[in-house]
Amino acid sequence: MPSSLTKADVQRIAQLAHLELTEHEQELFLQQLGQILDYAERLQDVETTDVPPTWHPESDLRPLRQDILKPSLSTAEALSNAPAPGPRNLFRVPKVIG
Amino acid sequence: MNDRDWTIARLRAAIVAKEVKAIDICDHFLNRIRTSKPELNAFTAVFEETARARAEEIDRQPNTWRDQPLLGVPIAVKDVICTRGTNTTGASRILSGFRPPYDATVVKRLQDAGAVIVGKTNCDEFAMGSSTEHSAYGPTHNPWSVAHTPGGSSGGSAAAVSARLCPASVASDTGGSIRQPAAFCGVVGLKPTYGRVSRYGLLAFASSLDQIGPMTLTVADAATVFQVIAGNDSFDATSVSLEVPDTESIFPGEIAGVRIGVPRPVLEGINDEVRQAFDIALETLVQRGGILVDIQLPHIEYAVPVYYLVAPAEASSNLARYDGVRYGFRAASKHDQADLQKMYERTRYEGFGPEVKRRIMLGTYALSAGYYDAYYLKAQRIRSLIKTDYEQAFQSVDAIAMPTTPEPAFQIGEHINDPLAMYLGDIFTVSANLTGLPALSVPAGFTSTRLPLGLQLMGRPFDEVTLLRIAEVYERESPWWQEHPFKQMS
Repeated sequence: MPSSLTKADVQRIAQLAHLELTEHEQELFLQQLGQILDYAERLQDVETTDVPPTWHPESDLRPLRQDILKPSLSTAEALSNAPAPGPRNLFRVPKVIG
Repeated sequence: MNDRDWTIARLRAAIVAKEVKAIDICDHFLNRIRTSKPELNAFTAVFEETARARAEEIDRQPNTWRDQPLLGVPIAVKDVICTRGTNTTGASRILSGFRPPYDATVVKRLQDAGAVIVGKTNCDEFAMGSSTEHSAYGPTHNPWSVAHTPGGSSGGSAAAVSARLCPASVASDTGGSIRQPAAFCGVVGLKPTYGRVSRYGLLAFASSLDQIGPMTLTVADAATVFQVIAGNDSFDATSVSLEVPDTESIFPGEIAGVRIGVPRPVLEGINDEVRQAFDIALETLVQRGGILVDIQLPHIEYAVPVYYLVAPAEASSNLARYDGVRYGFRAASKHDQADLQKMYERTRYEGFGPEVKRRIMLGTYALSAGYYDAYYLKAQRIRSLIKTDYEQAFQSVDAIAMPTTPEPAFQIGEHINDPLAMYLGDIFTVSANLTGLPALSVPAGFTSTRLPLGLQLMGRPFDEVTLLRIAEVYERESPWWQEHPFKQMS
């Protein structure tokens, strides 16, 4: 799998990740990701048929809180960092539909 | 004021006894931060005005604050932790200009305990890296040798404490980001158990691995800061409802009969000087009554590849939020990017540095259709095996000892073009994050060229106290922290 990582794969992943990459970065990541994934191939040697995954360190010490309304950030505060604020608590973005 | 060894304990006592004023202490450290800038570049922002105002307030109202554990103590905060209204950038261009509308829970707790927040410390971008070279602010330098990295990602925090720019810092640890720089710079670093300290206000890197902890000169100081920042927080659903231990009562401790596991097979191939320092540290623990027990951790050899699939996968998801719409940087619009998709791609192209892009790519690949089972799911299954290894080991031991890193600090630029080589250096630190277990690094001597080394101790879930106790006994026998990186610095 990884040794067959292609430039088309790199371009496809970049698109999924909403990342523009230069030609140089595509070449670099093709080589570096290939190297890292080759190293990760050793995981395939481990027998894991009946082993459940650990998504998260588990604990029974995390009670759910009561669903009670509490004061939180005001809308103005929450939106105060927008790079292109619009009117009426909206964000200004480039055209979405052509 | 010319004292280079202001620990939290000494500083607090001196302020309570009115031997010094909080404002003089504050000015002393602000001055050191300023003069160190060209050599170390440990800070991304210094809060001179607010820090001085705060120190003066403490001096004006001594009775309000005198019982507080961090009375007048200057503390630096890693720049991935939100400080209300002031720079919080994650050392990334994509958050340039971001001013959080709230304080992280740890920051609020530090302030409530009387601390003076002096500024934000440099780190690898979004805490991704082991060298603090991947920062939009340029690299931080190791105070013991400015040609070397301070480690990472919390290199600025480690360098700041080591060079006596502040007595303590709080930082984050996702795969060793507190412990490895602590080892490289000769300071104490504690990664608490996952869930012990609230992550509210921490820029998320890998949410199942991230944890905030202290970096200090001494073990007792680490315990003091730990006790202040630990505890349940309704703003972080993963924070636990356990009582925070009273750490003051454990010092001076003793370790007679304490069983310390040593995974000898994993030590093969490490640097000779690291190995020697580790063996000497073990001897010291034995002399104090510790009992060494050989243990097996058969799956630890897979910890690095597991970590470098799980952490980037979580990162690629967490960093999707940086899109130039709600906060931070947005790329200037041009004719050829007049649609939303182009704006996202261009903003992330200009806003993220190379290591962050590499990890977003790796994580996106590991989660993508057709590869999820082979990479992400497989890694999470082996994560269970690693966890089981530790659970079994802790049936016969109270703590596990190993060097914090397989090598001492490397030079700036040494691994910059070889990410895999950089990743392999994390072999001893990542499993504490994969398992959620607490782990601590305490200074354990020097190489022949005066680069610091670290002893790592790992413990059972929520048993930070045992780690602090063992480390403090070791530190009393071998007080490496009393050595100074800059003999000539005032």
